Amino acid sequence: MAKTKEEYKDKKMMPKGQLESVGLGLTGACVAVVAIVVVALIFMVAQQGLTTFFADGIGFGSFITGQNWIPSDGRFGALPLIVGSFSVTLLSTLFTLPIALGSAIFVVEIQPGFGRKIFQPLVELLVGIPSVVYGLIGLTVVNAAMRSIFGAAAGTGAGILSGAIVLAVMILPTVTTLSIDALAAVPNAYREGSYALGCTRWQTVWHVVLKSAMPSLMTAVIMGMTRAFGETLAVQMVIGGVEKSMPAGLLDPAATLTTALTSGLSNATTGSVEYHALWSLGLILLAMSLFFILIIHLIGSKGAAKHD
Amino acid sequence: MSQDRVFEQSEHRSVQGVETEIEVKDFDLWYDNGGFQALKHINLDIPKSRCTAFIGPSGCGKTTLLRTFNRMCDFTEGVKTEGTLKFEGQQIFEMDANALRVRVGMVFQHPNPFPMSIRDNILYGPARMGKLSKEEGDEICERTLTEAALWDEVKDNLAKSGLALSGGQAQRLCIARALATEPEVLLMDEPTSALDPISTSIVEQLMVELAQEHTVVVVTHNMQQATRVADKTAFFYRGNLIESGPTVEVFSNPKEQRTQEYLSGRFS
Ligand SMILES: Nc1ncnc2c1ncn2[C@@H]1O[C@H](COP(=O)(O)OP(=O)(O)O)[C@@H](O)[C@H]1O
Ligand SMILES: [Mg+2]
Repeated sequence: MAKTKEEYKDKKMMPKGQLESVGLGLTGACVAVVAIVVVALIFMVAQQGLTTFFADGIGFGSFITGQNWIPSDGRFGALPLIVGSFSVTLLSTLFTLPIALGSAIFVVEIQPGFGRKIFQPLVELLVGIPSVVYGLIGLTVVNAAMRSIFGAAAGTGAGILSGAIVLAVMILPTVTTLSIDALAAVPNAYREGSYALGCTRWQTVWHVVLKSAMPSLMTAVIMGMTRAFGETLAVQMVIGGVEKSMPAGLLDPAATLTTALTSGLSNATTGSVEYHALWSLGLILLAMSLFFILIIHLIGSKGAAKHD
Repeated sequence: MSQDRVFEQSEHRSVQGVETEIEVKDFDLWYDNGGFQALKHINLDIPKSRCTAFIGPSGCGKTTLLRTFNRMCDFTEGVKTEGTLKFEGQQIFEMDANALRVRVGMVFQHPNPFPMSIRDNILYGPARMGKLSKEEGDEICERTLTEAALWDEVKDNLAKSGLALSGGQAQRLCIARALATEPEVLLMDEPTSALDPISTSIVEQLMVELAQEHTVVVVTHNMQQATRVADKTAFFYRGNLIESGPTVEVFSNPKEQRTQEYLSGRFS
């Protein structure tokens, strides 16, 4: 039964060689599928979204700067929606950032035991709550709070401020968790170096820890902004859904790119100008998210270059 | 630094009759809330403006003792101490820790420049103590970088990141950074163990020079390094101070058998 060395080698080598090529083929196919999906997606949104400007005769400039979104009248000014999207995004980030950063500092620098075992799991629980639940809570708690704080000025309570507050709570776990990771990744040697120079804990946190974590912290913020910018359902439930004109203040009911897209879809017939205009909103959303990702990559590569 | 100056300095200076900078008396230290005793009844005088070396095998407590001198041990949970530790006659554990660390600087085993410019690294300590004018900043940079033998290499590029320096340069930057708060004592924990031979010899020369005006305490794994830089040597073994004295005496005429065995390489 003894095999020669050659035979043994052949038997062993054949399946190995096959496995190599099967593995290569399978993983390669996966990469191809992902690449095709990404390209097809971008292509489709771009094609449909650009039809508005190239086939339907609506100027890109007037689309972006027009102040009235009244599709039934054939008026497609997306500025109120763009303003709505940006104001809820920026405001919610503004609300979230200090809280996320403060708790990250507490968790990493002050009470790591409590932070890692109790606080972080608690925060991560928030990630799993569905948008509609946030919307529901926002509708009953935040909008009511707006009414009781601002009285008649708040109207029903629905508006940009309510949307921003609900979004702030929604992005809080993302920004907090990423901030915690960012601070925890700062080498302990930096802290020791700072303490050894006679610096206090707060001097160390402020001048060394936050400074060296800055690129990662910015990534955390942008991840939060990306989420806020793209969130639809919860915002729709609390923002009031007024698309037709520019909001005059933070208490004014408004709409965002995402909420207008969702609500417009029920009335638009496929192939109509209105339908294409909704795709154009989608295109703006896509461009914005690509832009956010680009910034994250720029920060990443800059940070990497610095740490070389 | 000129060659003959270095030669002159590498001769060991007397440590007898020299003022004591740090006094360690019947000092014990436990980790893990008393679960493990890392230092046992240490008695040692660190002479002022001299270089003292701590030698001994790994895990014998050299770093532990060094980190009590600037209270870096405060950051380790569960540390308990007993006995006396005095810096210039004051109880170290009764001093304000931050004020103490300004006067007792430290250089670590692995160079740890901050991720900022060379200039900001140097001025990090001074800037925390008060506002600095540009001239004061320039002056501190030039003085400390010159003292750390790095000035000529970086003077045209102080805006460069401290992380972009080579290991040896980074360690000298850390020495300059420590000197910027004008400390009286400089603690160095195996400062050359991560460096190449050329950088090592530069840093060794620095230790000798710095010990003219500072009290230098260096932990070293390398016995030859102790003979080259230290005026006084203390040999530790398993948390005990076995023997201490003038470097020449400890190396040429060790009193304890443990020391003899260690020096002759019978264990390490
Ligand atoms: N943070 C700590 N917690 C518990 N034990 C420690 C800690 N740091 C050091 N030790 C122990 O104390 C002893 C002395 O350590 P160390 O002072 O670092 O030795 P050396 O610097 O001489 O190599 C070692 O046995 C080590 O395991
Ligand atoms: Mg050590």
